[in-house]
Amino acid sequence: MREIDTRGLSCPQPVVMTKKALADKPDALNVLVDNRAALENVSRYAKAVGYTVAVDGWTLKLTK
Amino acid sequence: MSITKEKKVLAVTGVFVGLGAGLLVLWGNPQNMGFCIACFIRDIAGSLHLHGAGAVQYMRPEIPAMVLGAFILSMARGEFQPRGGSSPMLRFLFGFTMMVGALVFLGCPLRMMLRLGAGDLNALVGLLGFAAGVWVGTLFLNRGFSLGRSQNLGRLEGTSFSGLQIVLLILLVAFPTLLVFSKAGAGPGAMHAPIIASLLIGLVVGAFAQRSRLCMAGGIRDLILFGDSTLITAPIFIFLFTLIWSLATGTFHLSFAGQPVAHTSSLWNFLGMTVVGLSAVLLGGCPLRQLILAGEGNTDSALTVLGMTFGAAIAHGFSLASSGKGPTTNGKVMTLVCLAFLVICGVIMTKRGKEHA
Repeated sequence: MREIDTRGLSCPQPVVMTKKALADKPDALNVLVDNRAALENVSRYAKAVGYTVAVDGWTLKLTK
Repeated sequence: MSITKEKKVLAVTGVFVGLGAGLLVLWGNPQNMGFCIACFIRDIAGSLHLHGAGAVQYMRPEIPAMVLGAFILSMARGEFQPRGGSSPMLRFLFGFTMMVGALVFLGCPLRMMLRLGAGDLNALVGLLGFAAGVWVGTLFLNRGFSLGRSQNLGRLEGTSFSGLQIVLLILLVAFPTLLVFSKAGAGPGAMHAPIIASLLIGLVVGAFAQRSRLCMAGGIRDLILFGDSTLITAPIFIFLFTLIWSLATGTFHLSFAGQPVAHTSSLWNFLGMTVVGLSAVLLGGCPLRQLILAGEGNTDSALTVLGMTFGAAIAHGFSLASSGKGPTTNGKVMTLVCLAFLVICGVIMTKRGKEHA
């Protein structure tokens, strides 16, 4: 399971990092966030490119 | 283009910002300046004796009210989060450049949309320059630009900027003789809505902006970076509401010349807003968004606002700010210096971001 840590980074860096990590189309990716804005923005992007998003505290679990 | 809940909240926010701005002008604020984060911070700097430009000195209650609206709502929603330490000095300087660019154009991105809605075509040139600046910023972001991670901080640290806003309001209401105010007829600083109206509308708009994460730069940025049209909803609705409002109230004038608190030098309208757009993307938010984040406990954004305040003082002390007559020579030189500085910082922090990725 790949994981990226975007904690402490300001928008839109969490989404840019997620976009890069999803570029080679992994089956699953965990994204660590630490604020609502990043949580919503990463979720929105992941859904837009066809991933299912499960929120577990401050961890976003993206799956195909 | 799907209509999500986020877009609805942003659309409603856009309408409230447009309505608030319209009412504030009706009640005394300068034309097309119901809100202008850059101009208002500049007026506050003047009121605090930080610059001596007699035309632009007033303790604008909208600014403290917006910060406090965001502070109160973020507390209520459990989103208040004291944090900071992500390149504070660079953020201060980018706040400085953002203010210089805005004062060369004569308005922040929010006022740009208000000007556009009232038919000021110079704002259209500004918008093109702004979009160009945002685009350059996305080139850096895509290559790994980062100002580094912020850390969690203590509650007192996160609250102190909002506390400072209360001090400003107390000064205005209880000790106005300590402050400087533009004399009647001296310029935009002398034109303002009643304190209570500015305060209440500021609080509501600050709260809406906190809830919706309204950002004037984020809309164009996300469209370029991710093809995501969520954030651009608010600026579009601010423009549309202002267009309808100004047509209905007879304040719509489609022209370049003769616009209130504006000049017609297209090159410098364009480049001034390029500086603002690039600064805003590197900072992660437009001037308004920095105020809201500061209210939410983000001390990096608080420092950005202080950088803007410093920029306003310098801009008027050194004649960098434009006037209705046009940009100044000093302002033109400084616009180019700011652009070069931002690009150099962008390159350096992109390399550094890669090494630390």
